[in-house]
Amino acid sequence: MFGKLTAALAVLTLSAGSAFAAGGAGKVYDYDFSFEGPFGSFDQMQLQRGLQVYTEICSGCHGLQYVPIRTLSDPGGPQLPVDQVRAYAEFYEVFDPTLFDGEGDFRAATPNDHFPGSLLPNAPDLSMMAKARAGFSGPLGLGTNQLFKGMGGPEYIASLLNGYTGEEKEEAGAILYENTAFPGGWISMSPPLWGDDVLYEDGSPTDIESVAQDVSAFLMWTAEPKLMARKEAGFKGVLMLTVLSVLLYLTNKRLWAPVKARAKATPAE
Amino acid sequence: MSGIPHDHYEPKSGAEKWLHRRLPVVGLMYDTIMIPTPKNLNWMWIWGIVLTFCLGLQIVTGIILAMHYTPHVDHAFASVEHIMRNVNGGHMIRYLHMNGASLFFIAVYAHIFRGLYYGSYKEPREVTWIIGILIFVLMMGTAFMGYVLPWGQMSFWGATVITGLFGAIPFVGEAIQTWLLGGPAVDNATLNRFFSLHYLLPFVIAGLVIVHIWAFHTTGNNNPTGVEVRRNSKEEAERDTLPFWPYFIIKDLFALAVILAAFFAIVGFMPNYLGHPDNYIEANALATPAHIVPEWYFLPFYAILRAFDGEVWVVIATSWITGGIVDAKFFGVIAMFGAIAVMALAPWLDTSAVRSGRYRPMFKVAFWILGFDFFLLMWVGAMPAEGIYPYIALVGSTYWFAYFLVILPLLGVIEKPLPQPETIEEDFLAHYGKKATSTAEGAAAPTPAE
Repeated sequence: MFGKLTAALAVLTLSAGSAFAAGGAGKVYDYDFSFEGPFGSFDQMQLQRGLQVYTEICSGCHGLQYVPIRTLSDPGGPQLPVDQVRAYAEFYEVFDPTLFDGEGDFRAATPNDHFPGSLLPNAPDLSMMAKARAGFSGPLGLGTNQLFKGMGGPEYIASLLNGYTGEEKEEAGAILYENTAFPGGWISMSPPLWGDDVLYEDGSPTDIESVAQDVSAFLMWTAEPKLMARKEAGFKGVLMLTVLSVLLYLTNKRLWAPVKARAKATPAE
Repeated sequence: MSGIPHDHYEPKSGAEKWLHRRLPVVGLMYDTIMIPTPKNLNWMWIWGIVLTFCLGLQIVTGIILAMHYTPHVDHAFASVEHIMRNVNGGHMIRYLHMNGASLFFIAVYAHIFRGLYYGSYKEPREVTWIIGILIFVLMMGTAFMGYVLPWGQMSFWGATVITGLFGAIPFVGEAIQTWLLGGPAVDNATLNRFFSLHYLLPFVIAGLVIVHIWAFHTTGNNNPTGVEVRRNSKEEAERDTLPFWPYFIIKDLFALAVILAAFFAIVGFMPNYLGHPDNYIEANALATPAHIVPEWYFLPFYAILRAFDGEVWVVIATSWITGGIVDAKFFGVIAMFGAIAVMALAPWLDTSAVRSGRYRPMFKVAFWILGFDFFLLMWVGAMPAEGIYPYIALVGSTYWFAYFLVILPLLGVIEKPLPQPETIEEDFLAHYGKKATSTAEGAAAPTPAE
């Protein structure tokens, strides 16, 4: 299992690396996400829709092993009510080594447990995928796409989910699917979205593009759950330091004024 | 502190006198903070305080991170995620520490290039310079080991590549590499010792910083003119200088606040921009990333390391002369460490009697090419070693060595320097004095540049 997983990872990282090197072999579109830019924030409803997509589709193969389930009710995230999170947790089974006289057994998850890891050995864990796939950053590796367009991992994930052409081929006993976003062009994940795969309670559109963006936004949250708190801290920091700069500028000016005035009165030989 | 004549601390109250006779610590602090400082220092003299702040920031955030981090290959990656998700404020502490390293290196490079331009390394400040380079080398070691700790893909493979450099040393290389790693490959033993050293070295750096400050407090600061402060009498010295407190501390703090505002914008809005995304994938000994890239601050030296491959004639010739002992790999390692060594030797390689680049027309051109070269090497270090990039790296590396080994010694002989002001006061008045003085500056009796 470990071998297969690493082989899959090897393929992924190898091809991702060369794409980064060549300035992006896959086609990644610049989707507009609500959390881009210094003032962008997560759209709570979109995160909840993304959670639904993850639960009903992605979690069939992939995992989120670094994400504690209880964080679903944290501020700045999907912010589900606590009792809803408790009910949601029971949906998963986790292995508890303390059960069954120390032999361990499976039990229903509680909010304090993490999401389970990937079920398929060659399906990578998605916890940090939105940060681990941000490496197609702009022409000549200068990172300007990331800097000016706010492009990152979520754009890559949404492009990937949208990027299937329908072509497939068999290679070394495995079926590969053509994908315009995937570096190298052929991916082993079969197309997960076909359109109208989920039924949203809020009546949001369920075409592939919308669903792909919803789940990408959710995965950005799993990768960076403190994004909103971080931006707020950054904003406060910049604001306070700007005020401090102005005060120190004025102090400095006042301090040096007599020295400069004295110089002004002195003709140099 | 010897050197520039100035007022010393005089204990006044009984308690002060009592303490002063037993431990003159207040006097030491007074003399350190009131040191006479050339009044014409420009904005490139602010980096010292930025660097001191960075060291403090890294130590404070680092100590907090160490409280929550687990240096074990099975837990390191998850413990970093634990810090990011569960520790109160942990995500900010980690991002401050991570980007603090970048700020540290931006400041140190600005500080070094300031020294190179204004000839701060020249007599009598060679010891300050050498200690500075030593601090820089320790910083690189500390940053490198710190980058291994999150145990991501780039951590692991960066460690593998860099420790592999020691394996290139002839005869004893492999033994040294095994000794450094604590085993045949990067593994738990490596992670543990890197964690231990990453915690230790900053305190060694702090000690060297004190010596660095002691050294330049003995010689006095350099300044943009490179002309020394007059020391014949206290009155003369006072016309060239102002006390460090409050004049320069307030000025430096203003600059620090501006820089920190930009720093907080990066930490708050794009904290992963300077990092490599692959480091959010856990280390995997069986999956080599196709493109192993060090952090941005190592890239110029990484480019020099890779520039000298087996197809460069110097490398081929060296390999032939040494009977294959110095092969291409070892040559690259020598080149990389040599690139730092030649910087350390700058005080003896630069033959010009004029200290500041401001009065050296030919030097100015060579210096700015070096500055451009530094960024060129940084960029090419991030590119794959194929196509045109190795050639760019080779040209860039050659210039780096040529600047220190050929241009600096030669310029002192062939260059005709411009007239320098006689005193710092004169330079200050040229800036802030009566308008007519700016034309008088050129007419003022120039100092012949020996």
